[in-house]
Amino acid sequence: MHELSIAINIIEIAEEEVHKANAKEVNEIEIEIGVLSGVIVEALEFALETAIKNTVLEQSIVRITKISAKARCTNCGMEFEIDDYFSPCPKCKHLFSDIIDGKQLIIKKMIIS
Amino acid sequence: MCDTCGCGESEAPLIRKPGEDKHNHVHTHTHNHGDQKHSHPHSHYHHHDNPHDQHDHNDHAHEHHKADHNHTHRKEILLEQDILHKNNLLAERNRGFFDAKNIFAINLVSSPGSGKTTLLEKTIKKLGKEIPLFIIEGDQQTMNDANRINKAGAPVVQVNTGSGCHLDANMIYLAIKKLEPADNSVLFIENVGNLICPSMFDLGESKRVVIISVTEGEDKPIKYPTMFETSDLCIINKTDLLQYVDFNIARTREHALMINHHLEFLEISAKTGEGMDTWYDWVKSNNP
Ligand SMILES: Nc1nc2c(ncn2[C@@H]2O[C@H](COP(=O)(O)OP(=O)(O)OP(=O)(O)O)[C@@H](O)[C@H]2O)c(=O)[nH]1
Ligand SMILES: [Mg+2]
Ligand SMILES: [Zn+2]
Repeated sequence: MHELSIAINIIEIAEEEVHKANAKEVNEIEIEIGVLSGVIVEALEFALETAIKNTVLEQSIVRITKISAKARCTNCGMEFEIDDYFSPCPKCKHLFSDIIDGKQLIIKKMIIS
Repeated sequence: MCDTCGCGESEAPLIRKPGEDKHNHVHTHTHNHGDQKHSHPHSHYHHHDNPHDQHDHNDHAHEHHKADHNHTHRKEILLEQDILHKNNLLAERNRGFFDAKNIFAINLVSSPGSGKTTLLEKTIKKLGKEIPLFIIEGDQQTMNDANRINKAGAPVVQVNTGSGCHLDANMIYLAIKKLEPADNSVLFIENVGNLICPSMFDLGESKRVVIISVTEGEDKPIKYPTMFETSDLCIINKTDLLQYVDFNIARTREHALMINHHLEFLEISAKTGEGMDTWYDWVKSNNP
């Protein structure tokens, strides 16, 4: 599963930052995952649990926030919240829209020491 | 762990040409999990008795660490960094290489068995004399697909991802070094058969093509929306079998368009050749 690759990427970024700052470990890490990012938060948590063993993240608090998604109707321009790709525009019922938020996979911040 | 040299690099992809010796994988991992050990003793254990009892689905914090350390130098780092940043940087590097050499790079994604390799074999036979074609084959194991491509007559490099379920930009970077695709050529990258994971990883391709076959069921786009959302072209293959299966092409297209209204479609049978000209035209019209 790609959630393991995502977990490994998170660990690599964390190790880099800890190394750069000459620190020892991460105490807290904040992650934002868009609901349309393609990553399932529960699967990522599961992957992280095992992957962080013997890394700078082993003792860290991990906060993962799900970011809801937004689309813009290609017909009337209405912006609306969605949680899948199939929601028609609530105003004009048009079927096509562009995703404008909810695809992020971001490390917001870390506290290291 | 690699069982030939014991190097511990189980994650390293194996990249080789047909006929090449098995043990020459590239050791690409730069980080070292071993040297970042904590120096202070931990008397508490990292455990999850009830890992799911404090979820509230929108903002759930996991208290991995309840014991209070008296660390003196805590430092907050505001990162705002894309988790796939490294892959995306490498993908851009590949893209720059393709641009400079005027290579049209196509990332072929699909479920296992939808007909990617068959499509490539036919394409090599039809277009190989007109346009220089180069192939990167991605599979978890075996040289089978690379051997098929080799037989069809195009230069090919096989990437075996092992436990990995997708190709990433670094594997492509290493594969193109080995393959050395020519200027003004078309590079086909057959991704690992998997409709989920490859969608997350930009390889630096010019276009992404998703293939579904009519035997797979028409709800594929709804079940795996991310793949359809990130693709430029959707090929519906095995149309020769339409008479035997319940597959409504119009409905499939409609579903896929709701996910991605920019998606183009081609209907083909790689086996009988029906519709293949539309595919050859697409390749040629995109090839600079
Ligand atoms: N009837 C029919 N069979 C096809 C067609 N295209 C491919 N096949 C068959 O489908 C099977 C799988 O084809 P491949 O080309 O190996 O599929 P693939 O997508 O490369 O498979 P993986 O690399 O394993 O993911 C083979 O038995 C092909 O002969 C088609 O258009 N019609
Ligand atoms: Mg194949
Ligand atoms: Zn609207």
